[in-house]
Amino acid sequence: MQVQSLNFKARASDALKDEDLKAALGNVKNGFIGKRAAAVKLVPEWEQIRTEARDLKNHVLENLDHYLLAYEAAVTDNGGHVHWAGSSTDANDIIVDICRQAGARTVTKGKSMVGEEANLNGALEAAGMEAIETDLGEYIIQLAKEAPSHIIAPAIHKTKEQVSDLFHQHHAQYDLHERIVDRSALVNEARTILREKFRCADVGITGANFLIAETGQHVLVTNEGNGDLTSNLPQIQIVIVGIEKVIPTLEDASCLLRLLARSATGQHFSNYTSLMSGPARKEDLDGPEAFHVVLVDNHRTEMLAGELREMLRCFRCGACLNHCPVYGAVGGHAYGWVYPGPMGSVVTPAMVGIENAPDLPHACTLNGRCAEVCPMSIPLPRLLREHRRQTFERSLQTPGARYGLGVWALLATRPRLYQWTTRLGVSLMSRVGRKRGHFRRLLLAGAWTQSRNLPSPQGSSTFMNEYRQRQKQNNDTERLHS
Amino acid sequence: MISVGLFVTCLVDLHRPNVGFAAIALLEEAGCTVEVPDSQVCCGQPAYNSGDDGSTIKIAKQVITAFERFQYVVVPSGSCASMIVAHYPELFSDDAIWLKRAEDLAGRSHELFGFLVDIMKVDTFPAEHVGDVTYHDACSGLRDLGIKDQPRQLMSNVSGLSLVEMEDTDVCCGFGGTFCVKFPDISERMVSDKAALVKQSGARTLLGGDMGCLLNISGRLSRVDANVRVFHLAEVLAGMTDVPAIGEGAGTLTDPATKA
Repeated sequence: MQVQSLNFKARASDALKDEDLKAALGNVKNGFIGKRAAAVKLVPEWEQIRTEARDLKNHVLENLDHYLLAYEAAVTDNGGHVHWAGSSTDANDIIVDICRQAGARTVTKGKSMVGEEANLNGALEAAGMEAIETDLGEYIIQLAKEAPSHIIAPAIHKTKEQVSDLFHQHHAQYDLHERIVDRSALVNEARTILREKFRCADVGITGANFLIAETGQHVLVTNEGNGDLTSNLPQIQIVIVGIEKVIPTLEDASCLLRLLARSATGQHFSNYTSLMSGPARKEDLDGPEAFHVVLVDNHRTEMLAGELREMLRCFRCGACLNHCPVYGAVGGHAYGWVYPGPMGSVVTPAMVGIENAPDLPHACTLNGRCAEVCPMSIPLPRLLREHRRQTFERSLQTPGARYGLGVWALLATRPRLYQWTTRLGVSLMSRVGRKRGHFRRLLLAGAWTQSRNLPSPQGSSTFMNEYRQRQKQNNDTERLHS
Repeated sequence: MISVGLFVTCLVDLHRPNVGFAAIALLEEAGCTVEVPDSQVCCGQPAYNSGDDGSTIKIAKQVITAFERFQYVVVPSGSCASMIVAHYPELFSDDAIWLKRAEDLAGRSHELFGFLVDIMKVDTFPAEHVGDVTYHDACSGLRDLGIKDQPRQLMSNVSGLSLVEMEDTDVCCGFGGTFCVKFPDISERMVSDKAALVKQSGARTLLGGDMGCLLNISGRLSRVDANVRVFHLAEVLAGMTDVPAIGEGAGTLTDPATKA
């Protein structure tokens, strides 16, 4: 996916004017936030599980090489193949190669964020194959030729009307000409079409929520069952997954699964939580003949080695997005790449370079709601500040901001000078603004006054000045009376 | 007598000295002697949140030094208090001597309402405020310092005050320090959502504990003619609301009936 994060401000402004988007994002707020809170309330040991999950994942990250090698050995024992992809391009090359060797023409796909990182669909299409997204949200945005705007509800920005239009336009090729408006009917139409795609697919590609090192299995969590049909029907199954997704045992998976669905949608468990074991065994009624796992690095080892290691605990639940008021105002497309919201603002600069996404870590009030709801206890504000350090050190902030900060820092370390400078300014502003109590417009304050009045200073001078004067008066009075 | 150094905060110093004097009055009422050391300007948060650790450290050292001699340091702002308490130690992770001094200061520093209720165990002041009031929970104080119940406990003992909670009290108002001027469009959406919730509560007065949030929200309320009066809770508790509300003109004729 092309990185457009440099246009964050412009894209955000456009998003803010979009009334349809505003309505759609309102659903996120009311749906996901309330439901998550209700689900968490029913789990009195929630904080305990969070602590366990954090510690478990930290242990894995400290021993990532060990667990990945153990996973590889187990998959190989099961008859599968593990491939190691250093970059997104490597991952695409490996996957296209497997598909080409199999003579694949149609590929079904379960939702995979790491696949979006690599623009896997683009690579498959360039190689002459048809790649069909089977998650309903991904299917919709594939028709619309758009990027996902939420990591678990990719088409959340689309209204029902827009979906009706898309289906009406694109389903004509299947001899379906009626414009459907009923929600269930829309889902059914998509289901009917996708059924055929599932059946005919030569290769099925999915992501994975967790890789189990002890058994070589992986866990696939969906609400639609599309992951299962994508995995089990074609002859060849490929899993594309980030290296940070490995965990030691099935027991560990059960710990993390207690957090995942509740944090994502407020469900206690998703509709389909499947444990996949690799190629079909002799006694299996179905399953692929060939099973491949493509482990992707794409800057994850850099994050592991640096200040951003804790971000690798993320299991892509989307809770941080749902609770972020900035995401809630501008939606996912403003962020310009695969990952939006708080986690997107940490991961995107790490993967595409901070110079290509310098605004993202700053587009945040550091209010901390994201860290509060993160099931994996990722200190998102702290990680965002780390990126801000980078933008400062590499002079990626606007000259105006840097200059203003410089002046402020200079004055802040010189209290006498500061008090002398501000005393006069505050007195003047206070005198001018006293009658009305605020300024509707003020030189240099355009960014504030475009939407707010600026309260004028209340005192006749600064606090420090008034306080000192009162102290002096008290001392004089005391001296008079002594 | 408990010795307290007041860290005034730059926004109180520049915009609303009344809050500083109210804080002193409350602390003295609670049994403290209060001093305001001269060598203070800012907690360093603007620099810290902009990734400028160098400047932040310089500013922090000044604050640490100025407030070393007090038993407690009290701050009428959750965000500045959280800078000192939660973040100063982080700044000095590879400077053992300053780390100790920073941790020492962090251990003695408190946000105003947390200090009054949790440390001084004082939650009642002879204040009166007749009418419906709603309260905004500033993010840093809430999430870094756990300031949520204390202001409510204090308000419950103000005679005549009736608290009507608005929806989403704990959702960010869109100030975020430099955020509000770096991303004014997004800030506008966030503050207008907040202002709408304030209006929806039906309260005629908005209170809070952070000048940043209060300037932001009152600025928006005033722009949309919402007719809501905004004060810092300290001013109400100290009985010092006979000054214009935040953003309110001195020339405004306020009908006593609408003062609530």
